[in-house]
Amino acid sequence: MRKGRPGPDFSFALAPALACAPGSRMTLATFWKFFDIGIQNTFVYRWNFLLRAVFGIVPLVGTVFLWQAIFASSDGPIEGYEYSTMIFYFLVTVVLDQLITPTEDEWQIAAEIRDGKISAYLIKPMNFLGYRVALYLSYRLLYVAVVFVPIVALAVIFREHLHFPSNPMTWLAFAVSTVMAAGIQFLIAYALAMIAFWVLEVSTIIFILYSFEYFLSGHVFPLDIMPAWLQPFIKWSPFTYELFFPAQIVMERVTGRALAEGLCIQAGWLVATYLLARLLWARGVQKYQAVGG
Amino acid sequence: MRRYLEIYWLMIRNSLIREMAFKANFILWMVVELLWFLGQIVFLEVLFGHTERIGDWTKWECVLLVGTHQLTAQLFQAFFYVNLAELPDLIRTGRLDILLVLPVDAQFAVSTRKFGMDNVVNALVGVAIVIFSLYQLQVVPSAQAVALYAVAIAFGVSVHYAVMFFLATIAFWIVRAQGLIYGYYNVFNIARFPDVIYRGVFRVIFSYIIPVILVANVPSRLLARAFDSPWNGLAQLAGAAVFVVVGTRLFWHFALRRYSSASS
Repeated sequence: MRKGRPGPDFSFALAPALACAPGSRMTLATFWKFFDIGIQNTFVYRWNFLLRAVFGIVPLVGTVFLWQAIFASSDGPIEGYEYSTMIFYFLVTVVLDQLITPTEDEWQIAAEIRDGKISAYLIKPMNFLGYRVALYLSYRLLYVAVVFVPIVALAVIFREHLHFPSNPMTWLAFAVSTVMAAGIQFLIAYALAMIAFWVLEVSTIIFILYSFEYFLSGHVFPLDIMPAWLQPFIKWSPFTYELFFPAQIVMERVTGRALAEGLCIQAGWLVATYLLARLLWARGVQKYQAVGG
Repeated sequence: MRRYLEIYWLMIRNSLIREMAFKANFILWMVVELLWFLGQIVFLEVLFGHTERIGDWTKWECVLLVGTHQLTAQLFQAFFYVNLAELPDLIRTGRLDILLVLPVDAQFAVSTRKFGMDNVVNALVGVAIVIFSLYQLQVVPSAQAVALYAVAIAFGVSVHYAVMFFLATIAFWIVRAQGLIYGYYNVFNIARFPDVIYRGVFRVIFSYIIPVILVANVPSRLLARAFDSPWNGLAQLAGAAVFVVVGTRLFWHFALRRYSSASS
């Protein structure tokens, strides 16, 4: 008898309660379980990852040729970059990109919200952000495992342009900065996906932000060859700390006071993006209607 | 042939009606493409802040090249992109069945379902940039040069089509093929730079086997370097286009034999 009737709509009653409740605690065991699920789910993407990495080499080689031509016709270094350091810059950014840039996360989260699939997570005693972090880490781990061979091949081909720092403190700063860059990248992607609570079609918004991210994070060229009047903006922009800044550290182009300052700004952006992500989630769940759920 | 044209006209009309139902989205997609294009121009602006030439190409010749690439890529995207990008999904879900049983050529059916009006607007932006850089270069192309440019663009669009179609067809073998679509963008990333910078094996591969280097360079040379004979470049581009279009069609037929559907 009850079967024929639509089930009671819990979502409006339940959602605010969950959103207001303090974030459910997540144990390490749960975290590992999610991580494991992520690995297993992502394994179907292995070809995807490999193809992406192999095709990713094409623009890199194009960039190498481009800078070869530019350095051939210019007399001397460009803003402190020699040909060799410029190539090293692009190698570092490619590796960092593979290591930390989220690939599918924002699209998946947005789709889960749009299709009402997050209802299943809302009624479980788990923290959605923690769940997605575990998935993100498992993706990255698998991705790096798959693209390891092409990356090593690149390193061998361009070995004469690798200029690794010898100071262990530089490596430490690089590691810290890379972890923070990963956090900022993930949280921005996560926050972007939250827009799906309000707007059905989020891909345009994601792509608009990407276009800024792509040029302002240092994918296309190192940001310090941009005109001087833009440099103060670059120093404070969050995009700088998604990719460019850790690359500068490992190249030892930022040291001492500037390094400490940069790490502080980066930490500030990490906190800011975290708060933004949490705020959007809390607001979004209040508005959530569990379409199709 | 006439039947195909009629069908195609209906497809375009349907797409327009569908797009006009989501006007905000239509405008946002235009903004997205425009931003990416502006990024390319800014990139050149930054590069030429540090150098006079790339190879033997001056700044406005490079802008002309980027504008030409924009025009070709956007025309391709208007006619074919979404259709080919959705092909892996059609294969995965088995929805390809419906298209295969239609009484038209299967390749035609999968390639022409949707038409992107916003891309046409962005192609016009490319035309504007091309005209503006010709003005900066103080070049007034002859009628013949403009006509040959249009022909070269058409060959260029077919190279875009063949590369993307080839990549999408690989989806018959692998389940998730999102990476293939990135492959298209990655491969055409190198089409926006002057051909003279490329050397060695790389140049051979991307001029003859996956001829993306020719796509924007050949038409740009036709306009900007009228003193060179146009026929060599054009013949090379035409040959390459025919080669990849025929090659990918054979590959498509080969792949179709593997298709076993997914749901039905």
